[in-house]
Amino acid sequence: MSRAGVIRALLFFGLLTALPFAVTEHWIVNLGVFTLIYAGLASAWNLVGGLAGYPSLGHAAFFGAGAYAEAIYFQHREAGANGLMPFLVLPIVGAGVAVLGLAVGWIAMRTRSDVFAIVTITLLFVAQTLAFNLNSLTGGSQGIGMPAAPFDVDTYERPFYLVLVLLLVVSMGVTWAALHSGVGLSLQAVAADEERARGIGVHVTGAKLLAFAVSVGIAGMIGGVWAYYVSFIYPQFAVDPLVTIGMVLMAYLGGRGTLWGPVLGAFILVPAQQYLAYQYGATQLYLIAYAAVFLLIMLLLPRGILPSLGHLLRRRRAAAGRSPDEPAQDPADHAGAGTGTVAEEMAR
Amino acid sequence: MTTLLEVEHLTKRFGGVTAVDDCSFTVQDGAITGLIGPNGSGKTTVFNLVTGYLQPDSGRILFAGRALARPDPAALYRAGLSRTFQHARIFPRLCALDNLIVAAGHPWRSLFTRRRGHADTNRALALLEEFGLAAHAEHPAAELSYGQRKLLEFASVLMSEPRLVLLDEPTAGVNPTLVATMEQHIRRRHAMGISFLIVEHDMNLVMRLCDPVIVMDRGTRIAAGPPDAVRADPAVLDAYLGQ
Repeated sequence: MSRAGVIRALLFFGLLTALPFAVTEHWIVNLGVFTLIYAGLASAWNLVGGLAGYPSLGHAAFFGAGAYAEAIYFQHREAGANGLMPFLVLPIVGAGVAVLGLAVGWIAMRTRSDVFAIVTITLLFVAQTLAFNLNSLTGGSQGIGMPAAPFDVDTYERPFYLVLVLLLVVSMGVTWAALHSGVGLSLQAVAADEERARGIGVHVTGAKLLAFAVSVGIAGMIGGVWAYYVSFIYPQFAVDPLVTIGMVLMAYLGGRGTLWGPVLGAFILVPAQQYLAYQYGATQLYLIAYAAVFLLIMLLLPRGILPSLGHLLRRRRAAAGRSPDEPAQDPADHAGAGTGTVAEEMAR
Repeated sequence: MTTLLEVEHLTKRFGGVTAVDDCSFTVQDGAITGLIGPNGSGKTTVFNLVTGYLQPDSGRILFAGRALARPDPAALYRAGLSRTFQHARIFPRLCALDNLIVAAGHPWRSLFTRRRGHADTNRALALLEEFGLAAHAEHPAAELSYGQRKLLEFASVLMSEPRLVLLDEPTAGVNPTLVATMEQHIRRRHAMGISFLIVEHDMNLVMRLCDPVIVMDRGTRIAAGPPDAVRADPAVLDAYLGQ
């Protein structure tokens, strides 16, 4: 890892961890929790949708699977160990959802691009229907409850927030590791031309199934934290197409296939959505904003913010006749150079 | 010379069209074999059958003396049979260096090792140097010209140290200087012990470079032999010029 990369990561996660200690207003930490949920989801989705080029619209089903796994296990149990038990079982939830993902991916990943998107969104609706109708297991439309978390009222959100930071570290750590190993290279080849990749001996099936399983496993763990946080889950929110659309949109906005892009997208869109909701009442107006954002991305930044910035910066440097390694000269350039390096590093 | 590739009674139909019709030929180890024929004579279909991209309706293919029950591109690639495509298929977003490294044909364990292994990187850089692409090593392959992409694709399939390379129209659509460059690269690699099977429409190049030459028409082999003999063959003249 480059030194700039280490510093960037430490700074980002340091600030992120410090936030709930510095600020205790509930609405801000609550906003932080939802931003982290989406940042983690977008980052996990990016492994499949960005790196491998398989635009899954079914991730919310695995998010819901994780949520229901937690809720079903804890419905008649206490959240022991100072209320940390639901967090401690997350790795098991993640592993279980990953195995489920392996089975689903093995079938779904025989299709590609738009067909894959349709197959996975079908999966989402199947999962939602199951959640509504498997009454004895999920409680159907009555929902299912988690034990109340025995956390201090003043800092109630903090443990959830910190666990979500940890899951974001996991998600971005996995992405980073993928990008710097054979998996990432194989996935990028799959995204560009799967048939040729297979033809030159790339382990196409193994790489994409692994990416799918890990990706949905992380989504499942985030779902588990979400279930505990909201303490009562219903099928229409646990397996919600809007969760899928949210994570996909954020990854597209920030730059799919990059390490920081999906996270950047979440940090822009979730607060923006909350702002709109406060500004115009708790309406569904933000859905129109989602559509508008999607249109704008398609028109102006088809590759997302980070790759487009990186591209722009490379072009400007080439025009100025400077090599990319030389330090930027004026402060305005310098501000851009920070983000540019992220994009450039990850565009490789 | 030993036989490297044997194609026996290969047939492939697409609906009512028989693209390849009971076609048999052999490719000798150490030769540069040309495969020519009028448009639509089935050359590219033969390529796709031989490399496992298509499954034949009947007939069999033996590579290095072994018949593959269900030829699969990946297995054949690892066994030493590489190919390029008519329209250079490279990975445009990957840089030239990664385009080579990804083609090294490693076992699945390599998924969990470093993206750019030391040995791979050195071999890839040497190949890029050889093909005059070293300056583009870290640039996305999308920035290369069409001819350079063809060179990059050729270089990338050499990463697996193949025994036989199938080139599908290596000089189609590139400028005359690059045709000469491509020929040089084929000759150099041939001297290093790689056999070639080349589909090509540039007859001057085929007659200079290939021996033997196999001629196909309407899905089957109509002639095979040294370039001069093939050129004088009435069946070949008939296929190209009509009667």
